[in-house]
Amino acid sequence: MKKNMNKNYFEVLRPGINSTFQDNGRNNFYHIGIPFSGAMDNRNFLLANTISNNGINNPVLEFAYQGPKLKYIGENISINVTGDVNFKIIRKNKNLEFSCYENIVLENNDCLDILSTNRSVYGYLSVGGTFEVDYYLNSCSTNTKAKIGANSGEKLEKGQIIQLKNIKKILPKNKIEFLNSKIENIRIIKGPHFDYFSKDAIDLFFSNEFNVTKLSDRMGIRLKGPKISNIKNTNIKSEGLVKGVIQITADGDPIIMLSDHGTIGGYPKIGVVISADYDKLVQIPPGSKIKFKEINLKDAETIFKLYEMETQNLISNIK
Amino acid sequence: MIKNISNLGDAALYCDFGDEVNKEINRNVINYFNNLRDSNFLGITNITPSYNKLVISFDLKLTSFAKLKKQVENLELKKINNSKNNLIKIPVCCAEEFALDIKRLQKLLKINEEKIYEIFFSKNYYCYMTGFIAGMPFLGDMDKSIFAKRLETPRVKVPKNSIGITEQFCNIYTFESPGGWNIIGKTPVDIFDNKKNTEPNLINPGDTISFYPISKLEYEKKYE
Repeated sequence: MKKNMNKNYFEVLRPGINSTFQDNGRNNFYHIGIPFSGAMDNRNFLLANTISNNGINNPVLEFAYQGPKLKYIGENISINVTGDVNFKIIRKNKNLEFSCYENIVLENNDCLDILSTNRSVYGYLSVGGTFEVDYYLNSCSTNTKAKIGANSGEKLEKGQIIQLKNIKKILPKNKIEFLNSKIENIRIIKGPHFDYFSKDAIDLFFSNEFNVTKLSDRMGIRLKGPKISNIKNTNIKSEGLVKGVIQITADGDPIIMLSDHGTIGGYPKIGVVISADYDKLVQIPPGSKIKFKEINLKDAETIFKLYEMETQNLISNIK
Repeated sequence: MIKNISNLGDAALYCDFGDEVNKEINRNVINYFNNLRDSNFLGITNITPSYNKLVISFDLKLTSFAKLKKQVENLELKKINNSKNNLIKIPVCCAEEFALDIKRLQKLLKINEEKIYEIFFSKNYYCYMTGFIAGMPFLGDMDKSIFAKRLETPRVKVPKNSIGITEQFCNIYTFESPGGWNIIGKTPVDIFDNKKNTEPNLINPGDTISFYPISKLEYEKKYE
């Protein structure tokens, strides 16, 4: 791609650790092994597009831990960052500080440096306009395992150009007052293989804390803690998984399936994280501790309705 | 028939067709899968058939476990004539550098290499499901004489397009991936084509697969 194909673009000076384009994800392809993908933290994805006055499925740039450093070339453009993110804009050798959850104007030759997510994992960059990206099976979400979606299925790379289109006139601030609350207690519903574990193992599972290990990414979170021993069989005949499923491996360690998970799995499923806790779960960084709490389906459904209402309230209170 | 429907979390149905693995049960699962694909029930986001289970995930903003369960229970099954269930022929090169585990299998099974391949190539295999990684087919059933356990320590990287066997099943690694199956060869055919925007996977659940051997020379030709 030529640098000057489009007059508005970002040049990637530093790609960050795991920066990918994401949207709402890809439906109806689990049966051929293609996971849902999409933005990990759906609420922050939604807020990013809302502040940009974009459609709710517009592509955003998702980053993890350390984000990208991007040089902007083009006409003035509104951008915003969501999540718990530390970033700055370098304009004519001056460092300018800004907050998340509001539109900021980026000028020609500005450099946007997304330094880090604070005690969290994912953050989002949205623009008043559209990142020009490839679509595959109705979604631009990048899946680096199947090498599909935006950016030929790859993470951002140093030196590449991100083209922008449909640049909007400068947007109002659209500020949202939102604090990303952190959680340690993850609520789950019993899984279909709950009875593969002894009463003692179940007690251990719910009464102890587990460490989130470094072996965690968009596919899953690996936990370390007391071994959860199995009284029936450490393997099952492989079957479908969904995001939030907690499998117990043959070693007795829990792994939680996240948005890019393998579509089928052969470990017993002790439980599933409730939908309302998913956005917060994915934001728990390695080194943290989490604890599980069992609730029933009815409560999970009610909690999800409340979570949705809370999101809608945030959106309707844009200033 | 579905023996039991339970919830898998708050946004999925777990349909249990039994514990055995056989074609009859699996055809039942796939028949439900095809019927559900045609049903357009509100809120379904994914349907995953496997040996003897069917997982239906849904958007909790649009429907609920109770609503969708009732719809699935009342679903009138039609015999869907799935013309896609083809016989697909897959060439396999068994050159030494591709057949990573054949020497070990010889010892383990106490059958010589030629005989293992003769047995492997003599049967047609049924595709129970695809998945885990994009497009990977789970095929069976193999002849009992060449049943082998998984590797005790899985490989960190199994080369793309490798043919693996374990217990009564065989598969094809559609991408380079970690894996513990015994590798006996490699195909030059891409089973999952991520350049194709419709039907990127060559093999679908319900298809029949027959493998045939090719030489290294033919393998290289096909790759060109």
